[in-house]
Amino acid sequence: MTAQNKYLLFLGCAIPYRVSAMEISARKVLGKLGVELVEMPEFNCCGLPLDPVSHETMLLLAARNLAIAEKEGLPILTLCPGCAGTLKKVNKTLKEDKVLREEINRKLKETDLEFKGTVDTKHMIQVLVEDVGLDKIKQSVVKPLTRIKVAEHNGCHILRPESFIGFDDPEDPKVLKSLVEATGAKCLDYMDETECCGAPSVGVNDKVALQLARDKLTHVKDVEAQAMITICPFCHIMYDTNELRIEKTFNETYGIPIIHYPQLLGLAMGLSPAELAFNELRVNSSKLLEQV
Amino acid sequence: MTENNEKVKQPVELDLKFKYKISKIHGGEKLMRCFQCGTCTSDCPIARFSDTYRPRQIIRMAQLGMKDKVLHSDTLWLCAACFTCTDRCPQDVEVANVIRVLRNLAAEEGCIPQVFKEQYASIIESGYAYKIPELRLKKRETTGLPPLPKGDAGKIKKTLSEIKLFNNGAKMEGQQ
Repeated sequence: MTAQNKYLLFLGCAIPYRVSAMEISARKVLGKLGVELVEMPEFNCCGLPLDPVSHETMLLLAARNLAIAEKEGLPILTLCPGCAGTLKKVNKTLKEDKVLREEINRKLKETDLEFKGTVDTKHMIQVLVEDVGLDKIKQSVVKPLTRIKVAEHNGCHILRPESFIGFDDPEDPKVLKSLVEATGAKCLDYMDETECCGAPSVGVNDKVALQLARDKLTHVKDVEAQAMITICPFCHIMYDTNELRIEKTFNETYGIPIIHYPQLLGLAMGLSPAELAFNELRVNSSKLLEQV
Repeated sequence: MTENNEKVKQPVELDLKFKYKISKIHGGEKLMRCFQCGTCTSDCPIARFSDTYRPRQIIRMAQLGMKDKVLHSDTLWLCAACFTCTDRCPQDVEVANVIRVLRNLAAEEGCIPQVFKEQYASIIESGYAYKIPELRLKKRETTGLPPLPKGDAGKIKKTLSEIKLFNNGAKMEGQQ
């Protein structure tokens, strides 16, 4: 169908808005691993943010993106698990539900688009583990991070609902751990690893959201992790951007740097912290970088 | 327990057809399967820290037809859509989807938290759910990132033209 490891990059909204370190590092690392990224010819939000108020709006926005990708003849690679989950879910739903598909296509037709269900969507870590492969990733490591101990945080939408995502076990996820360990770093187990970051509750009830994030940071601190590794822009905002706020609210000190996975892998590949946009992180990571 | 004592004896108005209405909407089909085991609430990350959000209770109220109470409840908007309840429900109720159906119905009645109105306005205008600051766009150039793909406002509007939700002056809700 398409050349191997060539994808349409779906950036989503949160990353260009305030999580550019993830994009910068992901582009560098994927490039080094031979993953070719093509820019979306036009973009609209995947639709997930509006699903709570209008499921139909979400379906239309997601289907538009899928139809655009079908026109380009390329599978989609996302950096945001929310986008990946939404596009996967809508793709599957519309493929299975003929009535709904026809209804959505009636509206897409007005802008010369049609959903046929011919492209897949994968999040970056799914591409890394399935299409690039752990062996190739390990081979790309020139500076194994053997002195670093970290904790991973998957987030919810890379794992659930299992019926739509289904490439890792939501109750005992292993993919991100294996990717972290491919860099030579030690990936620690900790309490409530799969717990939600709380980001979706920001703006609805900040108190609950911050309590959830605090809980996670406390568990990560308890096992003496030197950093937390994330793969979701929203989880990253929750822990990195808000870490100081959480510390102040609950009178705690964490000082745990929150690192995007491609930043960690990039370090192991011999890229410099500057190339991987470590300067964009709120929480100081200099102590961690000394260990590289 | 009720906060307002004068209202204690007022009977709750029930809409006995509410459960059938929900069951006909995509995502709400399995509402009637729930036998109230409470797995959803005990595994819910939000319920751990909220005194009011209880998914099991929302499902029960929906089954019983307590339509107004459910749809006008602030707690409905607390679900983080983590899908833990959906994955762990022994009856495969797809709890998070039922909650989404209820939120959609609440939105149709005009209860839309402000954050969603802002995101909709931004998507319609630019394709992006957030207004990307000019500074960010300029910074992309200096950091060697390619220009951000643009949204086609005209096409997005055309695609969403039949959705009336945001165009009828829906009520705004604040933080709880």
